[in-house]
Amino acid sequence: MQITSPRFKKNAHEALQNPPLQKAMGNVEVNFIGRRAASAAALPEFEALRDNARDIKNHTLQHLDLYLEAYERKVTEAGGHVHFAEDADAARKIILEICRQKGAKTVTKGKSMISEEIGLNQYLEANGVVPVETDLGEYIIQLRGEAPSHIIAPAVHVNKEEVEAEFRRVHTHLDPKRDLSEPTTLLAEARGELRAKFLAADVGITGANFLIAETGTSVIVTNEGNGDLTQILPRTHIVIASIEKITPTLNDVGQILRVLARSATGQEMSVYTTFSTGPRRPEDPDGPDDYHVVILDNGRSSMLGTDFEDMLRCIRCGACMNHCPVYHAIGGHAYGWVYPGPMGAVLTPTLIGVDKSGHLPNASTFCGRCESVCPMRIPLPKMMRHWREREFEQHLQPKAARWGLKTWAWFAKRPRVYQLATRVAMGGLGLMGRAKGRFASLPLASGWTTYRDFPAPEGETFQAQWAKRRKAS
Amino acid sequence: MTAPAAAAGSKPRVALFVTCLVDLFRPTVGFAAVKLLEDAGCIVEVPAAQTCCGQPAYNSGDRADARAVAEGVIRAFEGYDFVVAPSGSCAGMIKAHYGELFHGDPNWWPRADALAGKTFELVSFLVDVMGVTQVEAAFEGSVTYHDSCSGLRELGIKAQPRSLLGTVDGLTLKEMKDTDVCCGFGGTFCVKYGEISDKIVSKKTKNIREAGAGTLLAGDLGCLMNMAGKLKREGSGVEVRHVAEVLAGMVEGPAIGEKRKGRD
Repeated sequence: MQITSPRFKKNAHEALQNPPLQKAMGNVEVNFIGRRAASAAALPEFEALRDNARDIKNHTLQHLDLYLEAYERKVTEAGGHVHFAEDADAARKIILEICRQKGAKTVTKGKSMISEEIGLNQYLEANGVVPVETDLGEYIIQLRGEAPSHIIAPAVHVNKEEVEAEFRRVHTHLDPKRDLSEPTTLLAEARGELRAKFLAADVGITGANFLIAETGTSVIVTNEGNGDLTQILPRTHIVIASIEKITPTLNDVGQILRVLARSATGQEMSVYTTFSTGPRRPEDPDGPDDYHVVILDNGRSSMLGTDFEDMLRCIRCGACMNHCPVYHAIGGHAYGWVYPGPMGAVLTPTLIGVDKSGHLPNASTFCGRCESVCPMRIPLPKMMRHWREREFEQHLQPKAARWGLKTWAWFAKRPRVYQLATRVAMGGLGLMGRAKGRFASLPLASGWTTYRDFPAPEGETFQAQWAKRRKAS
Repeated sequence: MTAPAAAAGSKPRVALFVTCLVDLFRPTVGFAAVKLLEDAGCIVEVPAAQTCCGQPAYNSGDRADARAVAEGVIRAFEGYDFVVAPSGSCAGMIKAHYGELFHGDPNWWPRADALAGKTFELVSFLVDVMGVTQVEAAFEGSVTYHDSCSGLRELGIKAQPRSLLGTVDGLTLKEMKDTDVCCGFGGTFCVKYGEISDKIVSKKTKNIREAGAGTLLAGDLGCLMNMAGKLKREGSGVEVRHVAEVLAGMVEGPAIGEKRKGRD
């Protein structure tokens, strides 16, 4: 996937000037927030479950190597194969090689952000294998040639009229006079189109919400059932997941599942929670003959033991972006790579470099709403600040901002000089702004005054007035 | 003002951390804070060697300057019983972040922690520490209250200002939609990403206008200047004030971004 994070400001500008996108983003604010709040409020132990979920993942990360090895053993015992991929390129090659061995022409795909991270679809297409996205949202954006704009609702930026237009453009074998005005008719049409593809696919690729070390099981949570058809019908099932999906036991997964859907969509549980362990056994009525798991690192192990380790607790529920005022304003594509919103602002610099993605951790008001709803209690603003520190250390911030900061700091460290200077400055500014009480424009302050007036100071500083009063009394 | 805690023992010595924005732009808020603290039974002092809490450097990734400024704050304020700031953001910086800023430093970490333990935002200090349950102030009109992010999420300030506003004679509180959603200020964010900030503050001013109150209140001057600036740009007649001004009954002067009365 092409990285456009360096031109974040331009992306954001375009997003703000895009009325259909703005309309779609309005739905995010309305739909996700109230539902999460209601489901959290309905469960008295919700906050305790969050603590527990955090502790489970912290423990796992402390012993990640052991759990990864245990998981590999269990998968192998069940007749499956585990492949470790150090980076995106290695993961793509492993998957293509399996597809080639099977002579695969088409692969169906369940929703997977790791697949986006490694650019799997483009790679498979370039090598003669046709990938078919089967999650409705993913199917829509695949037709539109887009990347997901949200980690659990990939087509959240698309309005239903736009979906209708896309279906009419692509599904030309269907009656042009058909009624597609309702979401249900759109859903039925997609379902009809996908049915044949499920049956024809040679390989099914899914992501994983959890990899259970105790049992060698991969777990997916979905609402459409497409993941089940993807992993059961084709003869080969490939799971692609990153290292931090490892969870020690089935019981641990049960605990984390209780906060996952509630935080994501406000559901108690998603409609389908599917566990798969190895290929089909002789007594099983159905299932794949071959079962592969590709476990991706891609820089994550370098986060262990650093300021960014907490990010590896993330279970990809999307609550942080659902509650983020910046995400609401600009949508997911503006962030310029796979992961948007607060979790993307922390994770993306690790994966593609802070030199390319420096805007992301800076484009936050630090309002803290993301952290307040994160089921895994990840201190997202704190880690964005750590990225700003890395940028500062590497002199990556704009020169003007750095110079401004240094000037301010010089004064802030010298109270007497500061008070003398501010007394003069505020006196002048107060006098200038006296007539109107505010400024519609100010030199060097266009970042402020382009959008809002600048309130004038009252005049004499508090410190100056206080000093006078003390003298008088 | 009713303040049982103050009546019980000797008067606490409170250092007012004015905050740089109040010092420079809105001294009235500082005097309102002094009045409220004195009415609650505190002895108020204003250490002269104060500038800023260091948050601009801290949030820009410049830890060295943030620490240098924070050391100045610790030196100037550690000798008092309490440190009180008319801002959830600045109090939150000292209370929630100084510990992390000096983490592991054998000299400064304990001093930073000690200061954090006795630092409070003004309104929550009055209610939670001094036990103030009502103020003697009057305000004819309706207000709506914006919960600034740091105060709300770092310090748990939500009920305290509302409980005191409820005791102001003549005042009606008309809550806006999404009181707890950011106004888009975010310190340097509002100028670095002005266009995004504008979108966020525009949603906020829409909610403010729809609340139908004559005055907007909040506890942080940065947020207030942002919202006032946007409301005035939109031509709104909603007046904007710091909550301390209303609680202290100091509302004779012009509201934020307004001209002095009788000066056309």
